Amino acid sequence: MNILYDERLDGALALNDKASVLDRLQTSVPDMKLLHREEDLRPFECDGLSAYRVLPMLVAMPDTLEQIENLMRVCFEMGVPVVTRGAGTGLSGGALPLEQGVLLVMSRFSRILDVDPDARTAKVQPGVRNLAISEAAAPYNLYYAPDPSSQIACSIGGNVAENAGGVHCLKYGLTVHNVLKVNVITIEGERMTLGSDAFDAPGFDLLALFTGSEGMLGVITEVTVKLLPKPEVAKVLMASFDDIEKAGKAVGDIIAAGIIPGGLEMMDNLAIRAAEDFIRAGYPVEAEAILLCELDGVEADVDDDCQTVRDVLRKAGATDIQLARDDAERAKFWAGRKNAFPAVGRMSPDYYCMDGTIPKRALPSVLKGIAALSEEHGLPVANVFHAGDGNMHPLILFDANKPGELELAEKVGGKILELCVEAGGAITGEHGVGREKINQMCVQFKPDELTSFHAVKAAFDSRGLLNPGKNIPTLQRCAEFGAMHVHHGKLPHPDLPRF
Amino acid sequence: MQHEQEKHGVHVESGTDKAAELCEQVREATAAKTPLTITGGGTKAFYGRQSVPENAQAISLTEHSGITHYDPVELVVSVRAGTPLSQLEAALAAEGQQLPCEPPHFGASATVGGMVASGLSGPRRPWSGSVRDFVLGTRVIGHEGKELRFGGEVMKNVAGYDLSRLMTGAQGTLGIITEVSFKVLPKAPAVAGLRLEMTLEDALRRFAEWGRQPLPITGAAYHDGALHLRLEGGNSSVPATATRLGGDRLDAGFWQDLREHRLAFFDPADPRPLWRVSLPNNTPPLALDGDSLYDWAGAQRWLRSTITADTLREIVTRAGGHATCYTPGTTEPFTPLTRTMARYHHQLKTQLDPNGIFNPGRLYPEF
Repeated sequence: MNILYDERLDGALALNDKASVLDRLQTSVPDMKLLHREEDLRPFECDGLSAYRVLPMLVAMPDTLEQIENLMRVCFEMGVPVVTRGAGTGLSGGALPLEQGVLLVMSRFSRILDVDPDARTAKVQPGVRNLAISEAAAPYNLYYAPDPSSQIACSIGGNVAENAGGVHCLKYGLTVHNVLKVNVITIEGERMTLGSDAFDAPGFDLLALFTGSEGMLGVITEVTVKLLPKPEVAKVLMASFDDIEKAGKAVGDIIAAGIIPGGLEMMDNLAIRAAEDFIRAGYPVEAEAILLCELDGVEADVDDDCQTVRDVLRKAGATDIQLARDDAERAKFWAGRKNAFPAVGRMSPDYYCMDGTIPKRALPSVLKGIAALSEEHGLPVANVFHAGDGNMHPLILFDANKPGELELAEKVGGKILELCVEAGGAITGEHGVGREKINQMCVQFKPDELTSFHAVKAAFDSRGLLNPGKNIPTLQRCAEFGAMHVHHGKLPHPDLPRF
Repeated sequence: MQHEQEKHGVHVESGTDKAAELCEQVREATAAKTPLTITGGGTKAFYGRQSVPENAQAISLTEHSGITHYDPVELVVSVRAGTPLSQLEAALAAEGQQLPCEPPHFGASATVGGMVASGLSGPRRPWSGSVRDFVLGTRVIGHEGKELRFGGEVMKNVAGYDLSRLMTGAQGTLGIITEVSFKVLPKAPAVAGLRLEMTLEDALRRFAEWGRQPLPITGAAYHDGALHLRLEGGNSSVPATATRLGGDRLDAGFWQDLREHRLAFFDPADPRPLWRVSLPNNTPPLALDGDSLYDWAGAQRWLRSTITADTLREIVTRAGGHATCYTPGTTEPFTPLTRTMARYHHQLKTQLDPNGIFNPGRLYPEF
């Protein structure tokens, strides 16, 4: 079932001809950069989910809040959809443009406005890169904790819109735990501040609601993040296993020992070999699985914990345990993991990255399920896993030039996500729903729950103009998806009308 | 199945499931447009506006109780809303774990639902995170009288809007929370309490200075001419830090007494209203009449004062914070919203509770 916007299933969009929207915007927001020629629009036709491409009607690149306000007012009045885009690194098609829509590109909002070391906050514009915040805070020995693997490129506005994670979430949380305040502009062109510089704010927790809302409730124009003192030391242990189940069990044993690692990552043999071939991180290519366990904090405690974890790993059956000797080796161990996606990309013409989450106890059964799907459909799957927080990233290898393989990869991906839901997990841990997982939302949520989401959307965007079609499927889409997708002999939504 | 349960950790199924009856009550209320006053243990009834519509009916969650699922290795516990908070904390403590946000009880009958609906956190909050930070998922009865599930029992989940965290602190005005899944964490192996006599100015300077260092601090208050500090962490770092910082030993009971408002400062016989002032980190002392107690390293200040709400809020808002009145009936308890914020709050309330049956007027007069 194609994921491109389908008015029949996703809702009708207003018909505006490009010339009149262009003319109106050029008149109403005269000093704003507007792209309208096909060759200028082309670079914006996709985000990190590059299998799907749509040329937007127009690209707006404002550099003042006033321009955004005016842009929104015009779009609201004319009924033109607005898709907001940050750095375009998203993996779920959250910034996939619409043919009838304006793509609002926030890259010009790229200034760090303030770093306050005593309050331990940084106030930044949404186009600031994730890593740039930690770099700006480094002179004060502070940093911004969430570190998605794309942190050299992804922007903080996109991080908030997607509630981005990273490899340190178990201990330090996701974006939602590390943001204090967000300024937004509504589709009607009003400014609003969510959260505050204090730890809380009066009224509903709209900051939490907007975080991860995928640009569907408002446009993020400024973000104030919390900064943390850099841990005194961080040490990384790498453990090899001859059996992936043993590695999975070791993860639970570490937690059961009362230890919360800063990072706890697992890779399977295919991912290990890909990363080693690409980065030369010193990974054991014969191992069935490795665990990377980072322990950080005050040095004396970290040394105690390293000893405890070594004992746990040995008991769990690790065939080899290495402690990174210094920061350089630690960085190398992490480089292998952080480059696992591009590394796998070198092994195969294309790969498709999934993002399901599961309770840790379900790991062996889900891995078996994935292996069976891989076998059945003839597509290799490499597994990279934020083991500490149960977030899996199976990478499905395929060749888009072979007829039908993309569709097959998507089918396998969809089935993997359903395995996650069956195991008590979720279809996305940190990449977002976007357009990519729009159909799987029908598996995750019941129609009444989806209706609540649509109600929230209507409260902030009565005309449904902000990023329409993303994140929350219509009940019509779910009915059609359900009709095509009889699972265990049961329709997901037998109560919905079919057409 | 029994084997699975033993193998994978602790599963507890105790208490009673009253979800079906509660849903029925909501359907009746919706049909009759009868406002509902949602109650638990009643320990936080003082918190919020006291205006209850004359035709309101109480809907009690206390019988809907029990821990439905707890697996310490997953660091996740799921609990029905009517479960006593003390029962949950005891179950976690038996596994060496805790709710790091340290929610206040304000009475023996405090329930998990009340904790989440009020969203109040204790002294550890600046370091650990707040109640909403530990909420992973909720079951909520919506206006149609159906139990809906948002979020789940996994650490990371960005599918759909985060209605679980939206419900946290909304005081039941958007729906009835019937069950909550929390992230829990192990208790620290070592704890120490310190009391260091110094001036307020010195204490605030220390808060800023220490905040920039990776110290195992999980409580920092200024009260009675002394900085009160709690250290929690490893068996090596905590004693070493305590020795380095010096001062006198502080009994661990101080943090509980502070959290539960049992210190003399909170004496209910004091005729002056009690205010909670929430401020950005590193805010200097504000010129406010009355007595202050500084918690959260200065970011949460308790104020005993006869100052008018308007004057207080003007000063506090200028400093980037907000003020909440904890003495019921004296004034609007919550800082009024800006015009745009009020409009969107109203629209959200209308969308999720079109008949206005859930705790109307509890947060603000308009909804």
